[in-house]
Amino acid sequence: MDRFRLSVNGKPATLEADGDTPLLWILRDELGLTGTKYGCGMGLCGACTVHLDGKAARSCQTPLRSVGTRKITTIEGLSPDRSHPVQRAWIAEQVPQCGYCQSGQIMQAAALLAANAHPTRQQIDSGMAGNICRCATYQRIRRAIERAARERA
Amino acid sequence: MMPPLDRREILKAGAAFVLAFRLPLKGAGPDSYAPNAWIRITPDNRIAVISEAPEMGQGPRTTAVMLLADELDADWASIRVEQAPVIPETYQHLITGGSGATEQAWDYMRRAGAQARDVLVRAAAQEWSVDPRECRTERSAVIHERTGRRRTYGELVSTASQLTPAAAAKIALKDPAQFRIVGTSVPRTDIPSKVDGSAPFGLDVRVPGMQYAVIARCPHFGGKLASCDASAAKAVPGVTAVFAVPPIGLVPELGWNINVAGGMAVVARSTWAAIQGRKALKLVWDKGPGAAESTASLRELMVRQADAEPILVAAEEGDAKSALNAAANRIEATYELPFQAHATMEPMNTTMHVRAGGIEIWSPTQLGAESRSLVAILANILPERVTVHMMLCGGSFGRRYQWDYMAETWQVANQVGTPVQLVWTREDDMQHDFYRQHSYHKLSAALDDRGGIAVWRQRIVSTPIRPVFDSADKLKDPKRVAALEVHDAQAFPYLAANRLVDYAPAQSVVPRAWWRSVESSFNTFAVECFIDELAHLAGADPYEFRLKRLRPDQEKLAAVLRLAAEKGGWGKPMPKGEGRGIACYVGFGSYIAHVAEVSVAAGGAVRVKRIVSAVDCGTAVHPDGVRAMLEGAVNYALTPVLSGEITFAEGAVRQSNFHDYRVLRIQDAPDIEVHIVPSTLPPGGMGEPGVPPLAPAVANAIFAATGKRVRRLPVGS
Repeated sequence: MDRFRLSVNGKPATLEADGDTPLLWILRDELGLTGTKYGCGMGLCGACTVHLDGKAARSCQTPLRSVGTRKITTIEGLSPDRSHPVQRAWIAEQVPQCGYCQSGQIMQAAALLAANAHPTRQQIDSGMAGNICRCATYQRIRRAIERAARERA
Repeated sequence: MMPPLDRREILKAGAAFVLAFRLPLKGAGPDSYAPNAWIRITPDNRIAVISEAPEMGQGPRTTAVMLLADELDADWASIRVEQAPVIPETYQHLITGGSGATEQAWDYMRRAGAQARDVLVRAAAQEWSVDPRECRTERSAVIHERTGRRRTYGELVSTASQLTPAAAAKIALKDPAQFRIVGTSVPRTDIPSKVDGSAPFGLDVRVPGMQYAVIARCPHFGGKLASCDASAAKAVPGVTAVFAVPPIGLVPELGWNINVAGGMAVVARSTWAAIQGRKALKLVWDKGPGAAESTASLRELMVRQADAEPILVAAEEGDAKSALNAAANRIEATYELPFQAHATMEPMNTTMHVRAGGIEIWSPTQLGAESRSLVAILANILPERVTVHMMLCGGSFGRRYQWDYMAETWQVANQVGTPVQLVWTREDDMQHDFYRQHSYHKLSAALDDRGGIAVWRQRIVSTPIRPVFDSADKLKDPKRVAALEVHDAQAFPYLAANRLVDYAPAQSVVPRAWWRSVESSFNTFAVECFIDELAHLAGADPYEFRLKRLRPDQEKLAAVLRLAAEKGGWGKPMPKGEGRGIACYVGFGSYIAHVAEVSVAAGGAVRVKRIVSAVDCGTAVHPDGVRAMLEGAVNYALTPVLSGEITFAEGAVRQSNFHDYRVLRIQDAPDIEVHIVPSTLPPGGMGEPGVPPLAPAVANAIFAATGKRVRRLPVGS
């Protein structure tokens, strides 16, 4: 067990844990941030996506000790009031069905748009290829990312 | 005590909710008014609506609520939705199956709204000393036009509380022309909480003092634990307990096999510690009765069963055998579809606290009331002492119509004393599912000299669902064994002078159960692909052939075929290597046709480019919801077409996660266009019926592109 100091959604968090523990379980079981989801534990589905210094990362494949001083943002910290352009677009396009994968989808889409303000359809597909949705809301995800890109501009 | 009903029996089970129409709602304080168990109105004119059906993505917390709100003439913006508590005496629709949530709510939720509206009108009329028939309602208010008076529902709370609601069964419901909310696409009520991480799924339950658990189950179905050395697991930091849990099969009180695998439970202070503890177990398994069974051996058995004596004739018209022998212009084909996993994004889980005074459960389940009964039986206590909180389900597709994970959680929670969350890892979920049946189909048919279907002969072979759950005595009835395999054989929509459909089972240790559209998912593939082959034999266009050969009473199916063909540009030329295919389906009270457009690369790689769907689902209560269900069904059905297959060896599933059970990803998701036929008839189901016609539409499009038939899924296997 080691002591770790994290920055989560703009707030400091201090905890004692095994440094091998994936960040996913630290967020969910230790910090109570359950918006970040467990889907596969192998980095195959994207449900656990968070931002580390603004870049998308699979928290199930991120050992706690590797986080260092990077700032962690989870779905709970993306905006205080669902006002992030991606969240607004997700509501406007009525994307979620069951909703379980959508935290990861939204975090991935937000990082994609931060790196590429106007992605083509192909760039959206390749940027989102790591995120599975079994309700299969893919067509709406595409439309919502296009809308967010338009409305951000 | 009832096991889960047959999914189609549920639709008939809508009887005795008279009581709920009389019961005041729990939590209705002196400042609020509950005319029945589904509505609570507060003086600030806000309305809480209780929604019963499990929310697993299909949207009952919007659609069912719309039905009530419309009859109540409520202001949609003032409505807040609550999940019903599991009190089966009051709430009788806590179970969803067979795409039935909206079909059921069409009656009871509308009646609840109309009953409340009636009493509010009478309350206003009493306050004003006017005839209730002179009053009208609009946006949560009663209006007396002649005197220009208006009272909000909130203002009527205290007067209405003194009145007796009229019998719900006798209340007049709206004519569809009067609907103001039904038929509009209001924003879904659950979506805001699903974009900010606050929506509580089963795995998100956090209770003070809770622990987390995983179970090591025998990977070989029907096998059991031979020995276990748990010393290293107990030494893993955070692990608090390791113990064996026994298998549970047939529960006598239920007459139902609940298929609990048994194994070793590891309890810990965190999910990660529990998973690490399980990894450290030294386990030896007895492979059991399935040790010699594999996908290869099952496939051989199925081919043999295609020519074996049938256990049931599912449909028979004329004399198919003689007609076939006499026919000149005939064809024969076989089709095969393997096991499929549900693979919901949220793996199975349940949280439970077993206390001296009772048991509290938080679960993502399709079986609200049945879960309560099951745990009461296992714990040998009264059901009233079991509290079930139905959590949001992270997908289901039929998987949560099982209670194995509920029983397992009780096994663990009963030993540990603290609240405990049983977590299934993705590997557990993939390898201990109840899979879509593996099936094999042998068809022969012949045309008459005018191109009509002279004979249709179809043998269905599958690993039947019933033996997974039923006791041996029930399985003596072949009709029961075959019921969930051949149900749609009677729904064959085409004219055939002679027809014979029969069934032979193939036994397997692999558990299987309801998977989005059940037997329609494979039978429709065989029928709609073979109809295409017959059209080709007749030298006819496959769309024209279908229209011409549909039974005269299939007018609605013909209409969706025409609409899909028109909107899908049927008959327009396509580039080389591309093709268009069509297929149709009637079931779950809805009619659907898909036109698929595919391109096939030189190496054989298939790309599904576009799907145009036409649907007649009766009243489209929430048109955007209908579109969403169809989009989801199309995409879900593409996984078995393009890449998904569950195989097994030594009675154990070989796939374990999303790298080897490959599901559809965004880059393979086609453009989808949905066209809805206007209707004012009662709504049909929409969760499942989009699935069955998708695979044959794509397979027929591949034939159009390449001239090669697809007779086994996934394509290229």
